[in-house]
Amino acid sequence: MTIVNMREALRQALDEEMSRDNNMIIIGEEVAQYQGAYKITQGLLDKYGSRRVIDTPISEEGFTGVGVGAAMAGLRTVVEWMTINFSLQAMDQVYNNAAKLRYMSGGQIKIPAVFRGPNGPAEYLGSQHSQALQSIYAHCPGLKVMAPSTPADAKGMLKTAIRDDNPVIFLESELLYGVKGEIPDEEYLVPFKSADIKRAGSDVTLVSFSKPVYLLMEAAKILQKENIEPEIIDLRSLKPLDEETIYNSVRKTNRCVVVDEAWPFASIGSHVAWLVSRNCFDYLDAPVELVCSEDVPMPYNHSLELAAQPSVKKIIDSVKKVTYNA
Amino acid sequence: MAEKILMTALSPTMETGTIVKWLKKEGDSVQSGDLLCEVETDKATMDYESTNDGTLLKIIADEGSEVKVGEIIAITGNRDEDISELIKPQEETVYNPPQEAAPEQEVVEKKTKKTAPSSRIKASPLAREIARQENIDLSLIKGSGPEGRIVKSDIEKFTQKKREGIGKPEPQKKTKTFVNQKQQVIAQRLSGSMFSAPHFYLTVSVNMKTVVDARKRLIKKLNSKISFNAFLIKFVAETIKHYPNFNSTWEDNSIIRHGSIDIGLATAQEDGLITPVVRDCESKGIIAINEELQDLIPRARESKLSPEEYSDATFTISNLGSFGVRQFTAIINPPGSAILAVGEILKEKFIDEQNSIDERQTCLMTLSCDHRVIYGAEAADFANHLRNLIENPVTALYA
Repeated sequence: MTIVNMREALRQALDEEMSRDNNMIIIGEEVAQYQGAYKITQGLLDKYGSRRVIDTPISEEGFTGVGVGAAMAGLRTVVEWMTINFSLQAMDQVYNNAAKLRYMSGGQIKIPAVFRGPNGPAEYLGSQHSQALQSIYAHCPGLKVMAPSTPADAKGMLKTAIRDDNPVIFLESELLYGVKGEIPDEEYLVPFKSADIKRAGSDVTLVSFSKPVYLLMEAAKILQKENIEPEIIDLRSLKPLDEETIYNSVRKTNRCVVVDEAWPFASIGSHVAWLVSRNCFDYLDAPVELVCSEDVPMPYNHSLELAAQPSVKKIIDSVKKVTYNA
Repeated sequence: MAEKILMTALSPTMETGTIVKWLKKEGDSVQSGDLLCEVETDKATMDYESTNDGTLLKIIADEGSEVKVGEIIAITGNRDEDISELIKPQEETVYNPPQEAAPEQEVVEKKTKKTAPSSRIKASPLAREIARQENIDLSLIKGSGPEGRIVKSDIEKFTQKKREGIGKPEPQKKTKTFVNQKQQVIAQRLSGSMFSAPHFYLTVSVNMKTVVDARKRLIKKLNSKISFNAFLIKFVAETIKHYPNFNSTWEDNSIIRHGSIDIGLATAQEDGLITPVVRDCESKGIIAINEELQDLIPRARESKLSPEEYSDATFTISNLGSFGVRQFTAIINPPGSAILAVGEILKEKFIDEQNSIDERQTCLMTLSCDHRVIYGAEAADFANHLRNLIENPVTALYA
């Protein structure tokens, strides 16, 4: 076991997959000479050269399209979006080309492409750069979506995403790049559809993914002192979704709080809450609660910025609501 | 146009109000300024005035219910106005696919219209499922969740209670009640008697046929009710004439013999017991005694006797026959030295002197005597004398 931060874990995944497959390229803004806007591609230009680690102009639709085309043509591509917010420029390439071509070609065309970058609010970034857009990508058939919360998961999941022959949206988190954790020394993969039970508990099931998982862990420490034992599930793979792990937990705890830093309407969180309500109906002792960001563009004022997002207090309040401890 | 009447803040700090009393009923017409109801606030009970004109169509918050400020308590409007929209229970917004859910929705709506909103039992799906499996009637359970929702823990508490409580009623609460002055006096007098006078008891079985028949004839003749107790008092008085110790009082190593025979009759009251006294029974007939009883007893029951009407009985009779008591012992009522406890009159078969089976009506009479005044043999003689007299009244004329 080695302790590394998530930035390094992601870099290792890219490095290992590039050396494993000579057909793999990385393309995006500042990925080569600058070593990555968040230094995820550190050292890769030197190691694999400019034909495989490719800087692009500031043109998301263009280089995302190049990534899709390269994948169609037989390369295994990783497209880095500097942030998910810029990916909106490239939406047509993702929705109408990457997600559709395998279906529309009757399976003749494979798109082995990963589109990755930081997703979700960080701090002081304003409305346009603080968005959590997982719902948009998970909404579209033909795309797979992953969102790790730990360095070990990040490495194992990114390797899985790269090796998959379908387009995968790989959602990182700016505030998690520095988070440290143990990763195995030997090679490993974290498969799709494998939610992780981060903490076993009997009283309430807390479901989340990516950055808010840490809020859940913090909330659990407080709730534990009040004799409420939450079970925490980190979804890891949002699509395909490991539904059984959620249902098994809710059938045990009879209560569920879903936490998602996206907006509430038509989100991963609201979808999971619906799935639980539908599939665990007779096991529920309380309506499923959803803790999410407020339904507003992110305020720039820091107090409001924090107030608009899920918090430990909001999670605890919801847990008390579903356990009738209010 | 029907309007909701809301609970308003009748004091600046009021958060909820309790409807003490509705001063209008459904269907009453209401003018602005009329008093609708009395509301108990955090400070006082206040009148709630109507600000609307019209008819009180529906009372939502019944008397005794606590209502938050801003919640609906009643609906006013024009007579016969349709208010179903206003009294529909407020439901959470739920997306119901219209085509699929349509028939079911209709049923639900009909139900809510027919019955009061509160009649729908709210329970979590899990609670319902457990109740279904364990065959528990949810209407017996009070929910602890929001809006009275029954949740799992409520069912668990209910079944636990049921398990603990099988065949065992809820334990009655222990209480302490201070007795009134009269009850204190009764307690003192009876314990004083019981603990200072050494009681002994003897019981005789008396054939009542002659008296029962005589009483029937007398009632028929006078066409008025003659109490059986009037007969008893007279027979006892006649017997006492022969046994003056039964009309005596033990007092500091001396025995006081009373002149007149004043017989008390124990009479039950709601909160106690009193003995109205018929004076000079030795010289009164049954009809005279009965008249006095008819005057005394109703007043005795209502505690309206003057002290001279209930004190200083020289002998007391307690008759629990009408309560279905066959036999009992009584505590001597001071200053008397004996009390006669009379049970019910029952028909019974017996073998007569000719060895054939006959029927008679018997009554068990138990004499309690103060052994300081009366000894056993004398008590036995008294008892037999009384029995002979009752069974064969002509013997009264012998001596």
